[in-house]
Amino acid sequence: MFTLILQLALGIMAMSTFLYVIRVIKGPTVTDRVVALDAIGINLIAITALVSILLNTNAFLDIILLLGILAFIGTIAFSKFLEKGEIIENDRNR
Amino acid sequence: MNEQKTNDLILQTVTKLVSFIILLFSFYLFFSGHNAPGGGFVGGLITSASIVLLLLAYDLKTVRAILPVNFIYVAGAGLLLAVLTGAGSFVFGAPFLSHTFGHFHLPIFGDTELATATIFDLGVYLVVVGITMTIIQTIGEEE
Repeated sequence: MFTLILQLALGIMAMSTFLYVIRVIKGPTVTDRVVALDAIGINLIAITALVSILLNTNAFLDIILLLGILAFIGTIAFSKFLEKGEIIENDRNR
Repeated sequence: MNEQKTNDLILQTVTKLVSFIILLFSFYLFFSGHNAPGGGFVGGLITSASIVLLLLAYDLKTVRAILPVNFIYVAGAGLLLAVLTGAGSFVFGAPFLSHTFGHFHLPIFGDTELATATIFDLGVYLVVVGITMTIIQTIGEEE
């Protein structure tokens, strides 16, 4: 029963990720694609957590935090590029 | 006043908190690498991710003021540390890169198993941090 619920949740997460992929492919603007990629990262975190419950291991718990950090930094880099045109500035106050 | 100047208050405040959490997570990954997933490579990558977050929120000049380190020398020191750890086994008449471990009584931690593989891993960590930050700073500072 518990496994069935987990598999159902995994199916729902896969559907949600698929819909986000559609948004990434045909998003009208770049910001739509960036937000959809960020949400795909969050979905990956949920999928990793569900799989680690299914496999009955806690070896993947570091990956969850890692994916969160990487999605955060990637989204910030993208949005800074969209706003300022360069990712790393030489001198911010110049 | 320059009208192009933007206000990154939220990003900079979040960075002040989050970069320390990322740094702590990287140290955890580095030290847990012996018995759990992690190790010098991932730890070094996450440490450079925290410095990259500082670079994103501030700029190259500020980060150079915070960390006045030439990262080329960090990579060199890591490589030297790894080679010296391997060559240290010659002192005890063992083949190159032979590692050993022992149990020690530390003041706070109690009975702790310390392995020389950690020193080699520290070398890997320093090389990864040095190379990654050198690449990112070199790409970032060209006009």
